[in-house]
Amino acid sequence: MDLTYGAEYESFRQQVRTFVERAWLPHAKLVKAERKAAEATFRREAIEQGYLYRAIPRQYGGSEQAPDVMRGQIIREEFGRVRAPMEVPGVGVGMLVPTLLECGTQEQKERFIAKTLTGEYLWAQGYSEPNAGSDLASVRTKGVLQDGEWVINGQKVWSTFAQYARFMFAMVRTEPDAPKHQGLSYILLDLKQPGVTVRPLKQVTGGEEFCEVFFDDARAPADWIVGERGKGWQVSKTTLVHERNSFIGNASSSQALYDKLVDLARSTSLNGKPAIDDPLIRERLLVLEGYVASHVYSSYRQFSMTAHGQHSGIVGSMNKLISTQIGHEVARLARDLMGDNLLTAPPPEGTRGAGPEKWNNQFFGSLGVAIAGGASNIQRNIIAERGLGLPRDNGQEAGN
Amino acid sequence: MNFLLSPEQIEFQTTVQRFLDDLCPPTRLHELFDRGEYDADLWRAMCDLGLAGIALPEAFGGSGMEMIDLALVAETLGSRAAPGPFLSHALAGLAIAWAGSEAQKQRWLPALASGECLASVAFAGESGWQVEQWMLTGERLHGRLPHVPFAAAADLLVVGLAGGGLALVERGAQGLLVEAENAVDRTRPLGRVSFTDTPAEHLPGGGLDVAGRLRDAALVLLAADAFGGASRCVEMAVDYARIREQFGQPIGQFQAIKHQLANMAVEVEPARGLYWYAAHTFDHVPADAERYAALAKAHLADRFLQTARDTVEVHGGIGYTWECDVQIYLKRAMFDFAFMGNPAYQRSRISP
Repeated sequence: MDLTYGAEYESFRQQVRTFVERAWLPHAKLVKAERKAAEATFRREAIEQGYLYRAIPRQYGGSEQAPDVMRGQIIREEFGRVRAPMEVPGVGVGMLVPTLLECGTQEQKERFIAKTLTGEYLWAQGYSEPNAGSDLASVRTKGVLQDGEWVINGQKVWSTFAQYARFMFAMVRTEPDAPKHQGLSYILLDLKQPGVTVRPLKQVTGGEEFCEVFFDDARAPADWIVGERGKGWQVSKTTLVHERNSFIGNASSSQALYDKLVDLARSTSLNGKPAIDDPLIRERLLVLEGYVASHVYSSYRQFSMTAHGQHSGIVGSMNKLISTQIGHEVARLARDLMGDNLLTAPPPEGTRGAGPEKWNNQFFGSLGVAIAGGASNIQRNIIAERGLGLPRDNGQEAGN
Repeated sequence: MNFLLSPEQIEFQTTVQRFLDDLCPPTRLHELFDRGEYDADLWRAMCDLGLAGIALPEAFGGSGMEMIDLALVAETLGSRAAPGPFLSHALAGLAIAWAGSEAQKQRWLPALASGECLASVAFAGESGWQVEQWMLTGERLHGRLPHVPFAAAADLLVVGLAGGGLALVERGAQGLLVEAENAVDRTRPLGRVSFTDTPAEHLPGGGLDVAGRLRDAALVLLAADAFGGASRCVEMAVDYARIREQFGQPIGQFQAIKHQLANMAVEVEPARGLYWYAAHTFDHVPADAERYAALAKAHLADRFLQTARDTVEVHGGIGYTWECDVQIYLKRAMFDFAFMGNPAYQRSRISP
């Protein structure tokens, strides 16, 4: 066991640190348009250095580095330390690009990947529908090939930031006579067209992060299908795998959340003294810390397994549920620390400068985490069936 | 960065596991549990495998390994609910290795490492487990100490004294009386020892530092034992849910049972990292050692006890019987929970 990185990696860390301090720190205080321009320049430089988009070939705008999870981790740590821009966030880079790399045509890769990496193309996900949530394969949105174009009709929902997105990758039923899982295709479409209506949905927090999207004879070129007709389910699986991967390494966010909660307990007064000195609050914090520390060191182990070419096994399927549960317990403790601040609505977007009522966003947000990207009860099914090897439900269909 | 076991460590753990499956299968485990006494044959076999001197210095016949190696064995013993004095014997050896004079080490450690001499520890006070409240003093001891593992069988006791002092008392010493306690965990029987003008040989290196270190070692090993036991409970519950049929299907096919089992696994599996880290810091990150020993013991003891209870529930009526293996794990969990101080006490010792 060795929890240090060793001399070679520490020298790499030094290189990264020198780079971010030179290339980002002078721009850290910029705002708005100036900041956007500085971020774009910084990302270009970081790609040249081989620090961002490491798994993506140079011909599509990546830095094409040999896989090395240690270097990846060091880059995240050093960029995070000075809050330098990382890869462009969102489903475009996180889900679409890996899927195109695996299943896309040459034209699709050339057309979409590079501009997605720079953030010029923003993407929305078109999976869920009003009647297709956890049971994703029952989507009804229809696609028909007509005169060299897909003509699409139906409705998607929970599409995050679709109001800002230029394109969508969508699961569309193109083979109505095939069995449920074999009738779907993975189709790309332009959201800026007359046949598409995007309506933001106001969520519990009062913010508007996700949307419903209506298709009324929306169109997409015939060759904007990724993979074959009827193979959309398998193509989307590659994407879902990539999404789950992005949850790995969430242990450090759980730790950061816990640290903020401890700060709240220090700054909150309970019965005339700091809440952190209250025996009951201390005990509850330390119970929670047992879970947080388990998650953190379990992640170190998973990280080491990945770095040494081993599969992380059952625990890999648990990460999302674990961090969800930690988030819930943080919310419960924060609720008890907040007192009357629980009565004040939080600012819907951005908590900079807000008072303790901003913890109401954690209270709400932890509910969202329990649903997004695979609801907790679906996670339990996955852990039980794939991890523990328990038999599948009778009612469940094959291929799910 | 390599937070993984070495191939040698994995191999050693597998060896111990096979050894236990061979020598202490469930039928034998139940016999030993029912007897509730020291079993010289099983312990002798464990000593022959080298389990008695893992972390003792090589110069005195030990294997000179680290806390993580000791903890890996504790995990495996926990996973098989193995009866025997591994924990208390290991702690007594560490006490002599850390606080003994050269002559004391020469005299005792080789015999402890080979298992020729069986040792135990008397670390509990009448009012709790706080090292700071150990009470006995003097060259000749007066008083009573409860909860001494394998007290009746031990050839040598390491006794906690006021100020974290440590002393040796040999079997048959003048005024030493041992009464058996009716221990709930019959794989690790307990006794109460009383001293009346009993001669005690002090370990010169004793003091609060060494005593605290021994406490931390105990907490790490209890956490490891609890992890092993809790993991085994999850396995037993899953195995049972796969074969037990009701309403024409395995109960593990019902979502209610599936979710219960998934929740149990999620409670237990990540905690492997916590006990590993506590063991790792013990030798490599001194600043974190005390805190993580307490946190790991508190967390794992809670997890094991709850998981054992859940495992009884998944088994239904058979789980509530004496003949079911699960009851032995439930009682191991109670030992791990209370011995050296319960989770609430451990958490009260550290800050968030």
